[in-house]
Amino acid sequence: MADDEIILSELDDEELVAQMFDDLYDGLKEEIEEGVNILLERGWTPYDILTKALVGGMTVVGADFRDGILFVPEVLLAANAMKGGMHILKPLLAETGAPRVGKMVIGTVKGDIHDIGKNLVSMMMEGAGFEVVDIGINNAVEKYLEALETEKPDILGMSALLTTTMPYMKVVIDTMKEKGIRDDFIVLVGGAPLNEEFGRAIGADAYCRDAAVAVETAKTLVARKHNQPAAH
Amino acid sequence: MSPASTTNPPPTDERLTVDGLAPEGRGRVLLIACGALAREILAMKEANGWDHLDLQCLPAILHNAPQRIVPAVETAVEAARGRYAEIFVVYADCGTGGLLQAACDRLGVGMVEGPHCYSFFEGNAVFAARGEVTAFYLTDFLVRQFDAFVWRPLGLDRHPELRDMYFGNYETLVYQAQTDDPLLTEKAKACAERLGLAFERRFTGYGDLGGVLGRL
Repeated sequence: MADDEIILSELDDEELVAQMFDDLYDGLKEEIEEGVNILLERGWTPYDILTKALVGGMTVVGADFRDGILFVPEVLLAANAMKGGMHILKPLLAETGAPRVGKMVIGTVKGDIHDIGKNLVSMMMEGAGFEVVDIGINNAVEKYLEALETEKPDILGMSALLTTTMPYMKVVIDTMKEKGIRDDFIVLVGGAPLNEEFGRAIGADAYCRDAAVAVETAKTLVARKHNQPAAH
Repeated sequence: MSPASTTNPPPTDERLTVDGLAPEGRGRVLLIACGALAREILAMKEANGWDHLDLQCLPAILHNAPQRIVPAVETAVEAARGRYAEIFVVYADCGTGGLLQAACDRLGVGMVEGPHCYSFFEGNAVFAARGEVTAFYLTDFLVRQFDAFVWRPLGLDRHPELRDMYFGNYETLVYQAQTDDPLLTEKAKACAERLGLAFERRFTGYGDLGGVLGRL
């Protein structure tokens, strides 16, 4: 018998949230699900659990990834654990009318099937209160335009892992310009081989180096957009 | 004894992965190459009697960290400058997003055309025409070093449950064979099984690389 086994239900709220931070960091999905259920039983709102326990924990993971303390496998495990918690909270969030910050359409560009980064961004954006419409991988410009037309988001997010596919982001942005709709949307781009210079060169509003930066950038740019005076 | 017997013994894959290969210090042209290409270049050198080529390899593991390729190449070129009539970089773009080409232009040295070795081994034109999106490629070297380059860096040795998060969108493992080696083919098949992918073997030989080096 392990003497040091932690019984989550015996922890007070503060200790439990701290333990959930640790469990997220260690990628322990079942423990996260248990923690979420305990907090729900204690009367926490789904929104508070999401922001204070899950997003708070993932923010630590994101910071340590950025600092080179954690690597991709550990981040994926943490994300998987958070996903377990989100799965419980998502229907409840819809019922309880959690605040909605904005809407994003996100997808990986044509020729590229890598979606780990995109999925992390989607999850963290949802955690931050954005409605996310994920159009998946290998998206041609027509697919992006269709999603923009149908979903009318605030933000378009494009992702690429390959240096051979990242130039396609410019194709999408140039087509948006041709159609006169470029300025109707905030365009965020990301992916391992990108950088700020590339983001500027292709005409995106911002390059986001990781999911946490994507969330902060999205919040800032959406707030700025909403504060803009109507066109005159 | 043949003159070839005076050269250093062939480097091990493990050494090529971590340390690369030091040049012998003789020859008119220095090749600064990815360690993953060492055996192929040495084989071509021997088969064609290219004694004017000297070979230096950077650690092959830079394949997994393209942001480190450009500084490593720059350092190697600067260190070798003046000791050879010509320096040639045996890397393609290799995930540097054009930065390696820019560095080579700045340094006044040539490099291999194409996005990566998978492309120039098949031939850049053929590879581009295929337009494959869901293929995961391995070369002879990468089959031999699958654990060091794929399995362990992705954490699959510790967390095999992550496999489908990485490879769920891939369909086929394409083994681009530089040599006919039934044992390597079996190993490549096993790699495909471990990744949950269909398997295809494509004999490429050295593709565009032979022509490129033959012109030096």
